[in-house]
Amino acid sequence: MTNAATTHHTSTGLDSRKMAFWAFIGSECLLFGSLISTYLVYKGRSVVGPYPHDVLNIPFTSVSTFDLLMSSLMMVLALAAVQRGDLKWAKVWLAATALLGILFLCGQVYEFTSFVREGLTLRTNLFGATFFVLTGTHGAHVTVGVVWLLTLWVRALQGKLTAANALTVEICGLYWHFVDVVWIVIFTVVYLIQ
Amino acid sequence: MQQPNTGEHPVVRHAHPTAGVYLRVATILVILTVIEVGVFYVPAFHPILVPALLLLSAVKFTLVVMFYMHLKMDSRFFTFLFGGPLLLGCVITLALMLLFGALTLRR
Repeated sequence: MTNAATTHHTSTGLDSRKMAFWAFIGSECLLFGSLISTYLVYKGRSVVGPYPHDVLNIPFTSVSTFDLLMSSLMMVLALAAVQRGDLKWAKVWLAATALLGILFLCGQVYEFTSFVREGLTLRTNLFGATFFVLTGTHGAHVTVGVVWLLTLWVRALQGKLTAANALTVEICGLYWHFVDVVWIVIFTVVYLIQ
Repeated sequence: MQQPNTGEHPVVRHAHPTAGVYLRVATILVILTVIEVGVFYVPAFHPILVPALLLLSAVKFTLVVMFYMHLKMDSRFFTFLFGGPLLLGCVITLALMLLFGALTLRR
């Protein structure tokens, strides 16, 4: 199949896959908007503890935030490498992005288990219910992103990732950066504004 | 940048930033995160904690969307596809907070 046959341009001159993905990201804004709204509406209304200031660990979450920001940098460097046809560095940056994503997920698992040990579960109070649903949904998105990144990395190892299909990496990057911007909001709204 | 296409419609492609720009944006993002955490811990900032943190968060959000997601260089249609639902989400959040008393207009 030629490159011309694999491109899908619309009457606007824009690629239909990229356009569809931006529409998907728009719908994701509404999903996370509803979860953040629910968290904010029920904030401070828990009648039993643990309360946010009892369990939230700001230094630890700051490191997780730094980790996710760095993963976004690795992602754009991977895209730049693919676009210039540098497969060697594309593999390095894709692997680094996936590893940082896995590190973030490990941090989230550690955080969730420590909260459960301190007595905060999904059913303990309104804070537990809204916190776990919001951050858990974000974590599920990060997991999907990591699987996607590892798939691209395997394709790069097989030599199937070339400058001609850089759009595949760009769309994966859009998803990854969206996950990052959602975390930027969660870090501020949930962790810092208590 | 618009390139001719052999097909019916012209193909629109936009140049992406260089690695140097990406690194500068990452540096700014890290500095802003350090400031955010600093604002949280320094008691002198507590009277302006919420607006300061929201502003810093909005700047970080905008930087990632503009430079890493390439909305600054890409088609305005993508900005509309993303910005429309984002604005709607923000309005719904504010409306729900006002409706359920989580946010009041008067002190």
